[in-house]
Amino acid sequence: MRLEPAGADALLIVLAEQPDAGLPLRIATLTDRIHLELGPLLIDLVPGWTTLLLHYDLLRTDHLQLGKRLLPLLEDWHAEPESPRLGRLHELPVWYAGEDLAEVARACALSEAEVIALHSGTEYRVGAIGFAPGFAYLGELDARLALPRRASPRTRVPAGSLAIAERQTAIYPQASPGGWHLLGRCPRRLFDARAEPPCPLAVGDRVRFCAIDEAAFRAEGGVP
Amino acid sequence: MTGLAVLRPGPLSLLQDAGRFGWQHLGVSPAGPLDVQAAAWANRLLDNPWGTPLVEIALGGVELESRLDTWVALCGAELDITLDGAPRPNWSRFPLRAGQCLCLGFARSGQRSYLAVAGGFRAGALLGSVATQTREGLGGLHGDGQPLRAGDLLPCAPASRSGATSVPWRFVPDYRAEPRLRVMPGGDAGDFSVAERRRFFAQPWRLSPQSDRMGARLLGEPLRAPARQWSLGVTTGAIQVPPDGQPIVLLADRQTMGGYPILGWVHPLDFGLLAQCPAHRTVRFERVAVEAVQGEMREFYRFFGR
Repeated sequence: MRLEPAGADALLIVLAEQPDAGLPLRIATLTDRIHLELGPLLIDLVPGWTTLLLHYDLLRTDHLQLGKRLLPLLEDWHAEPESPRLGRLHELPVWYAGEDLAEVARACALSEAEVIALHSGTEYRVGAIGFAPGFAYLGELDARLALPRRASPRTRVPAGSLAIAERQTAIYPQASPGGWHLLGRCPRRLFDARAEPPCPLAVGDRVRFCAIDEAAFRAEGGVP
Repeated sequence: MTGLAVLRPGPLSLLQDAGRFGWQHLGVSPAGPLDVQAAAWANRLLDNPWGTPLVEIALGGVELESRLDTWVALCGAELDITLDGAPRPNWSRFPLRAGQCLCLGFARSGQRSYLAVAGGFRAGALLGSVATQTREGLGGLHGDGQPLRAGDLLPCAPASRSGATSVPWRFVPDYRAEPRLRVMPGGDAGDFSVAERRRFFAQPWRLSPQSDRMGARLLGEPLRAPARQWSLGVTTGAIQVPPDGQPIVLLADRQTMGGYPILGWVHPLDFGLLAQCPAHRTVRFERVAVEAVQGEMREFYRFFGR
């Protein structure tokens, strides 16, 4: 574990060298505690796969002072290898009819039904949220579905697209460019700046996907 | 509501405040003005508080018609400013009467101009800010991240000020000079070889025309970058080095997380120099200590009443 200044008004906490399955929830727990204890000094707390970046208010503190205040919290956290929480579970409906489903099945030497069964049969953990508002990186995808990103990214992926790449899966909350393989579509909105909260998912949460058909997708407000 | 009617919006005119903070954990970009100093001066000239909503105008070419009596201030890129055809000075405030037409020519030096109005422009905040983020479709006059369009009304209230004032000349930057950007080394700098780090500071870099509000892309002799790492939170000013070895300085519309190795961070007071650079201009980097930057930033924030 180490603390490093990240520019004039941010402090990076490196919590591990490699991510592991339990780390996102532990980092989420740490993030909550730091927010509770030191919130007024902080502007943003951004959990990463193995890190936590604190954007702080330079008029109230600096990286040295903040480091001192963080030490006891970090020691307590370090002494607690398991998170006391489970992480909230979200069940997200997916119409598995993505443009790349057939290609993914071929590349993985599986049937389309097997791809769907493997993808929806795994419980995922939100490891990080970034790239775009509400874009949650979910891990860990079954090794039998692991593929590198597409050679050339699509210029536009429709909102709600469920996609995979390497050992990760994610839903694109807005239409955007994207280089992942599209397996299906989720009819739910995963980011809405006017909603409270704007994004239902948080780092450390658990996600399960359940397969639905086109009629159910439309009934939930999905636009094919 | 009354205000300033947009007759010609210019190529990219964006309503901005201090930025959208507190939502980076959900991937929401901070946005805000690219040239923090010019924006701060425009508000200060009108006695507006720090971060009062103003318009960032890229390249000029804007025409507005006032529907009320108020005062405005312009700071930043050098361009012709006329009020019903009569010239008005840059880096200054002046009155605007109902029916008068404020016209901005195209920028001769610098790239961004900041138009502030007494009391600020009014728009509904989204996630605590009116800052326009076009990529994310957040903020702006209509809350959808769109730049100003012809036919828009920039809402504001009538106001008066006691007389014309200008920014003291010694604070007015010369955007024609080749910028020397101060850098706090750090991040993954230790994973670059000593020779690569030296080369970054020794060579001139050319600003790519592909630069935008998200990042300033630099072109030069490529650096050999270390391997990618697990994505982590990033800050504005971070110098990322992707596998092609051409550095990118992250600007106001940056993403919240990144996985490219970071060489260090540009001094926040130098973002403006970068934002005001035309494409193909060369820039150079020099080292500065974090503590020195923090001292300067505190002084800057206090002066502008942040």
